[in-house]
Amino acid sequence: MSMITYFPAIAEIFLALIAIILVLVAAFGGDEGRVSQIMRRLGLVTLVATGILVLSYGRESSLAFGGLFLTTPFAVFMKMIVLVGAGIVLLLAKPSLKADNINKPEFTMLVLMSVLGMMVLISSNDLMVLYMGIELQSLPLYVIAAMQRDSLRSSEAGLKYFLLGALSSGLLLYGISLIYGFTGATNYAEISQSLSGSVSSGAVIGIIFVISGMAFKISAAPFHMWTPDVYEGSPTIVTAFFAIVPKVAAMALFLRITYGMLAPVPGVWQQVVAVIAVLSMVVGALAAIMQTDLKRLMAYSSIAHMGYALVGLSAATTGAVSAVMIYMLIYVISSIGVFAIILNLTREGEAVHRISDLKGYSRSHPLHAACLLVFMFSMAGIPPLGGFFGKWFTFMAAVNAGLIPLAVIGVLSSVVGAFYYIRIVKVMYIDEVDIVLDPSARRANTIIMGLSALILALFVFGLSPLREAVIATVPHIILIAG
Amino acid sequence: MDTSWPILTVLTFLPLFGVVFLLLTRGDDETVMRNSRNVALWVSGFTFLVSLFALMQFDPSIVGYQLEDRGEWLLEDGISYHMGVDGISMPFVVLTTFLTPLAILASFKAITHRVREYMIGFLALETLMIGTFCALDVVMFYLFFEAVLIPMFLIIGIWGGKRRVYASFKFFLYTLAGSVLMLVAILFMADQAGTTDIPALQKFAFDPDVQFWLFLAFFASFAVKVPMWPVHTWLPDAHVEAPTAGSMILAGILLKMGGYGFLRFSLPMFPDASLYFAPMIFALSVVAVIYTSLVALAQSDMKKMIAYSSVAHMGFVTVGIFTMTEQGVAGAMFQMISHGLVSAALFFAVGVVYDRLHTREIDAYGGVADSMPRYAVFFMLMMLASVGLPGTSGFIGEFLVLVGAWQTSSFLAFLTATGLVLGATYMLWLYRRVVFGRAEKEEVISMSPLERREIIIFLPLAVLVLWYGVFPGSLLDLMQPSILAVIDQVNLHADASLLPGGK
Repeated sequence: MSMITYFPAIAEIFLALIAIILVLVAAFGGDEGRVSQIMRRLGLVTLVATGILVLSYGRESSLAFGGLFLTTPFAVFMKMIVLVGAGIVLLLAKPSLKADNINKPEFTMLVLMSVLGMMVLISSNDLMVLYMGIELQSLPLYVIAAMQRDSLRSSEAGLKYFLLGALSSGLLLYGISLIYGFTGATNYAEISQSLSGSVSSGAVIGIIFVISGMAFKISAAPFHMWTPDVYEGSPTIVTAFFAIVPKVAAMALFLRITYGMLAPVPGVWQQVVAVIAVLSMVVGALAAIMQTDLKRLMAYSSIAHMGYALVGLSAATTGAVSAVMIYMLIYVISSIGVFAIILNLTREGEAVHRISDLKGYSRSHPLHAACLLVFMFSMAGIPPLGGFFGKWFTFMAAVNAGLIPLAVIGVLSSVVGAFYYIRIVKVMYIDEVDIVLDPSARRANTIIMGLSALILALFVFGLSPLREAVIATVPHIILIAG
Repeated sequence: MDTSWPILTVLTFLPLFGVVFLLLTRGDDETVMRNSRNVALWVSGFTFLVSLFALMQFDPSIVGYQLEDRGEWLLEDGISYHMGVDGISMPFVVLTTFLTPLAILASFKAITHRVREYMIGFLALETLMIGTFCALDVVMFYLFFEAVLIPMFLIIGIWGGKRRVYASFKFFLYTLAGSVLMLVAILFMADQAGTTDIPALQKFAFDPDVQFWLFLAFFASFAVKVPMWPVHTWLPDAHVEAPTAGSMILAGILLKMGGYGFLRFSLPMFPDASLYFAPMIFALSVVAVIYTSLVALAQSDMKKMIAYSSVAHMGFVTVGIFTMTEQGVAGAMFQMISHGLVSAALFFAVGVVYDRLHTREIDAYGGVADSMPRYAVFFMLMMLASVGLPGTSGFIGEFLVLVGAWQTSSFLAFLTATGLVLGATYMLWLYRRVVFGRAEKEEVISMSPLERREIIIFLPLAVLVLWYGVFPGSLLDLMQPSILAVIDQVNLHADASLLPGGK
């Protein structure tokens, strides 16, 4: 095998090498706080460099490692969201790492490792690579969830995440073994070919297990149980990372598996995904109503959002892929914005994240409140904000595929969802002021929040080129045989 | 007749420039407050002038859309930027630009906190309302139609009365729940027809079975907006809690979006279903007219009474639209414009006395005529217009609707007309209790007469109400060709027997 076949994976190889080097820096760096600072800066530079490599080697679809690894414009799109999301988390991290007393160099290193896992996941072209990617992504996540060692809740979050994550890995691995057993292949292309003939029931069971495992990773109902606890218990910056980045990678994988590997048998997975979508939307919308904690609310909100994305996915048409991609992009932008604000909420130096702490926010922080208002109305799906278009495209995909009941359930649950989003607006703008939050706001957070709000508010203007660009990547989701 | 510059686009987005101005205002609170008021008034006033210019460019004799602007947007989904007006939307556009400055002027004294945000909300609202009436693409229509919820939610929620939170949530969730089904219907139509262009969809013949469902989905949205009985309950709450100017706009324009939707979408796009469902709509409308009139009689709160009377008047509108006769539809249109003027004035009239005594309880007043004679005159004119006295705009609308209803069924006309009697009862009663009699209460005797600003708001409304009462042709001629086109469209391929259950 000549060297050239590794080039499509050059970004991943680069990131892996740097991450290993950074381990050494962390080990021999000396003072923990200072090294942590340096590590974050190096991490940011690494992410930017990785992004450049991703962009420069992804214009055409190409295979690496003898067909185990596939780089496509679709993968480039999703990887860029992951990299930008991870970069923004690192940008936001400084004060909260200090406040949560977890200012350790390992944080950056683990984030980079996890990102590497996600990139491998997005580009995986073989079930074994998939499994490797998913574990590489998850293991660092378990650790950073539990990073606040002296906090019982953080430890609990890490443990819970680990146990349930291991369970989902088990499901996934069992599904993989069944698929391998009944098709005789682990390569997506070969599995796809094998499935285009007759589909054995063993393979169907395997597919359902794999889908369940992936549903766990995007925290779709009924595999969502871990999400609220882990979101609430983890340090807020870690929650931000959970909310923003791994979901994109897992959803990209979901698309790769369903539209790539399982393209010949839409009947097998379509209904499963539709059921998961409905459950997620309904559970996310109903359970969020009772929440009093912003982080828990964001957890349920993310469950609902994954449901909407899966509505688009279950359409099993190529138009649906672009809908899901746009949905995920919008989801990431609004999550970034919301977490930039949550990370800023402090009272007398203590971090707070209860919804009632936002009382009078529009008076004390008019700009922040206005941005949060944009995020909330956007997530509620009110036009002309970005969130509306996400829902618009996924429901359009569902309707085009004749799944009208799914779209109807979707829009009705979005009305329920609107209730808890606008309740936050109410708390900020209407409730009497009795709590005053600290006026200080980090410039980085403000800029990130402002940009996200601006993008969502003006989304309607960029929609057309974005849609064209995304549609252009869609044909590449289908793997190249051989 | 196409103008060389995109007049409707300019008209729609002009108020947003005011928003930018307001955001840039600097200075102490006092300065910001004064500047916000002035900027909002001037911008909306200028928007009104531009809309008059558009009206001059508008040629009523042409059937179809005029002053069109087109732009490429989401071509692969069949969605484009398309603005245009016909005889049905043009009056609403001008009504919007006419009422907005008056509403802004009306809030000069009443709104004293967060004035800048308030004015931003109103200007954004104006853009969205004009856009709703100008959009010639269903998706764009939906964007504007739905986005109205955001500023209105905030206007009721932040500057409203005691139960404003409840009222704003109810308003938001009711109207959102109504319109999301329309969203699914729009997606389905786009899928079937391959385009979302309104003129193209009006020519596209949907299968009658499909029309059945599409009609219901659109109906859910417009019925909540109008509002029709029994989904009207958000309206009294919203009105009572909203600030005066919010009520003026809500009654004056937002309710009309529902009626406009029926004329723009339901009738031309789903003619078979419209015919099929017409009896149901008559029934609901008649219930609305009679029931809400009776409820209005029982109110002790002035604003609530006028809110219920709005529901009854909108019942007239839905009857008129679904008679699908020339007179009925013209009457409905006329009634909507007239009600836009009259109800805005009536809500303002309530606001005027509320600003003085800070109560809307009818019993707290009595003998207002003594201390506010000019107010009594304006209020009386509007009250009589609301009742439908000949010589006012209210008469023309109600009369034409009844003529249309008579052609459909004399029984329908009879039932609808009972609303007139009941309307006269509660309005006259309200007027007697508030304005006439001897002023006994100390606060009422000491009420200050109308100030100049208030007269400036009342006067144009009064002039138009009388003008349209005496010269209805000036408005009817503008709408006539477009109304006839809609009716022709319905008659052309209306065959209610094709629908499920219609055999």
